[in-house]
Amino acid sequence: MAKIRVENLTKIFGRVPHKAMELLAKGWSKQQILQETGCTFGVNNVSFEVKTGEIFVIMGLSGSGKSTIIRLLNRLIEPTAGKILIDGEDIVQMNGEKLREVRRKKLGMVFQRFALFPHRTVCENVEYGLEVQGIAKAERRQKAIDALSLVDLSGWEDRYPDQLSGGMQQRVGLARALASNPDVLLMDEAFSALDPLIRKDMQDELLELQEKMQKTIIFITHDLDEALKIGDRIALIKDGAIVQIGTPEEIMTNPANEYVEKFVEGVDRSKVLTAGHVMKRAETITLDKGPRVALQMMRDRGVSSLYVVDKKKSLLGVITADNVVEATKRGDQTLEQIMETTIPSVAPETLLHQMFDLVAFSQVPIAVIGEQKRLLGVVVRGAVLSGLAGKVNDVAATTAEDGQVEVHG
Amino acid sequence: MGNLLPKLPLAQWVEAFVDYLDATFGFVFDGITAAIGAIVNSFAFILALFPSWLLIILIALLAWRRKNVGLAIFTFIGLFLIDNLGYWTNTMETLSLVLTAALISVVIGVPMGIWCSRKDIVQNIVTPCLDFMQTMPAFVYLIPSIFFFGLGKVPGVIASVIFAMPPTIRLTNLAIRQVPAELVEAADAFGSTPLQKLWKVQLPIAKTTMMAGINQSIMLALSMVVIASMIGAKGLGADVYRAVTQIKIGVGFEAGIAIVVLAIVLDRLTQNKKKRNK
Repeated sequence: MAKIRVENLTKIFGRVPHKAMELLAKGWSKQQILQETGCTFGVNNVSFEVKTGEIFVIMGLSGSGKSTIIRLLNRLIEPTAGKILIDGEDIVQMNGEKLREVRRKKLGMVFQRFALFPHRTVCENVEYGLEVQGIAKAERRQKAIDALSLVDLSGWEDRYPDQLSGGMQQRVGLARALASNPDVLLMDEAFSALDPLIRKDMQDELLELQEKMQKTIIFITHDLDEALKIGDRIALIKDGAIVQIGTPEEIMTNPANEYVEKFVEGVDRSKVLTAGHVMKRAETITLDKGPRVALQMMRDRGVSSLYVVDKKKSLLGVITADNVVEATKRGDQTLEQIMETTIPSVAPETLLHQMFDLVAFSQVPIAVIGEQKRLLGVVVRGAVLSGLAGKVNDVAATTAEDGQVEVHG
Repeated sequence: MGNLLPKLPLAQWVEAFVDYLDATFGFVFDGITAAIGAIVNSFAFILALFPSWLLIILIALLAWRRKNVGLAIFTFIGLFLIDNLGYWTNTMETLSLVLTAALISVVIGVPMGIWCSRKDIVQNIVTPCLDFMQTMPAFVYLIPSIFFFGLGKVPGVIASVIFAMPPTIRLTNLAIRQVPAELVEAADAFGSTPLQKLWKVQLPIAKTTMMAGINQSIMLALSMVVIASMIGAKGLGADVYRAVTQIKIGVGFEAGIAIVVLAIVLDRLTQNKKKRNK
């Protein structure tokens, strides 16, 4: 079920936002509305759903309206129009009291520049959300200590924020958001102010925590690599509107338009594309054939190796042209005698950057195998390179997902 | 130009307005007079409880606790000098006037400042009033003060409050507005009520700047209390005033020294504390 559903969310900045809404409904362009009313669109008619337990990344360049969107979700900024349903309740319609209740119990927020209270100790910072709920001192201190141990900051309870490094401060920020055990975490460029190395650690740690906690996380970032790394789904924002929503793979392999294409151009594809995306059809042979048949098949297809599979397409081994030639000289009659059974192989979801070594030094193409050693395809050096260059073998990708690779031979 | 248009009877209008106030709200002014008189007298009473030497030691100790040994020594010598020159009683009188004026300035000024920080419209109305209060020659306040509150301490205190309050309001307003927006957002995001946000986040962070405003108010109150001796507020100002009218340079200098010592001690004691050690 959708944890959060956002429908036609709009935020107009200016003195007469509702007039601007009317003009928009009449079909005026944004430029015309700006000239007529002086109003600008922060967020324009955005709709999306976030599923329970999902990391939903909203990404865009600065000024694209992503920070406005996340602030609309807990009404730090008042929406001009639209609905925000959290567990089916529209928070746009809530009065002050109910909104506070939702903020206290359901929404934790982590800020780009940490936003820790400088006059409070680390522990008092983490306690803050519980304190405003009126929870007793001893209980909230215990919960704060638990939250701090979750982010590896045990023992730092009584320091002040300015005594901590940036990375540690943001852990405090995370602990503060987690302390009241909310279902939803709103993370506004939470790692953008950190050094690259620490940022990477924090991303890994967030993913690790998420394994345990299964929160619904909405994560804002301007860094596509970060979005691709941690996002289950990504929404790309431009000029306050959603350009494309999809999984990292969908966005990489299937950009909705030129804007997205340009965006994903500079990305390190090896960290997004998988063996399944670049694999080719495998040249295979079954065990009942003899070496001479194998040699003929290699000649016909212009390859120097064949994968040996059984009737159920399970991978048994590999034979190379050299083996076969030697075998025919020796007079071996079956393939079983000459095939090598130690085969370089990967799963289809293996990322390219994890298999560079394997591809570079292997004499034969890398086998991509699925469940029960089913041979799905092979990865050759050329395919890896063309994948990195942006040419993804769509057929292979889709068929791999369907588990319907056609194997000849 | 001036001849074409008859002079506006501004002076008459102001007098008429003041007459009206006095006739209509006389009982209010009487109440205020009684209240302020009581506050001044209680300060004077408390200060008079201690013999001068004991009070000197106590204040010096306080200076040591809040600041350092240097200020403690200065405080001790300075106050001892005042006592020695025979200005102790008048100094204590001035001090109780200053404390009263400062107390009222803070009690009214801080909430005013908070209100200004929350509503732009309030700030836009209050700011020109504060400009007016600060730039109008201080003596002018003495006249309506006398009119409503008679001669003596109370009009002195009232005039001092009017003169001294603006920095507290201004800096409280400024201090709260300067609390970083993201900290305010954080307070909101975790579901604080407006009052919780004020008490737990805004005021503690604004404290340093607010204290600077209160310190300014105390210093201004001291300067005004001295002037207020012209309308019968006793204390060191009266000594200075007498010295000026009788051209007694020596007495004027002695009383002046006493005021300076009191000013420095008050200023240093109410300045911000040393920063927290890391």
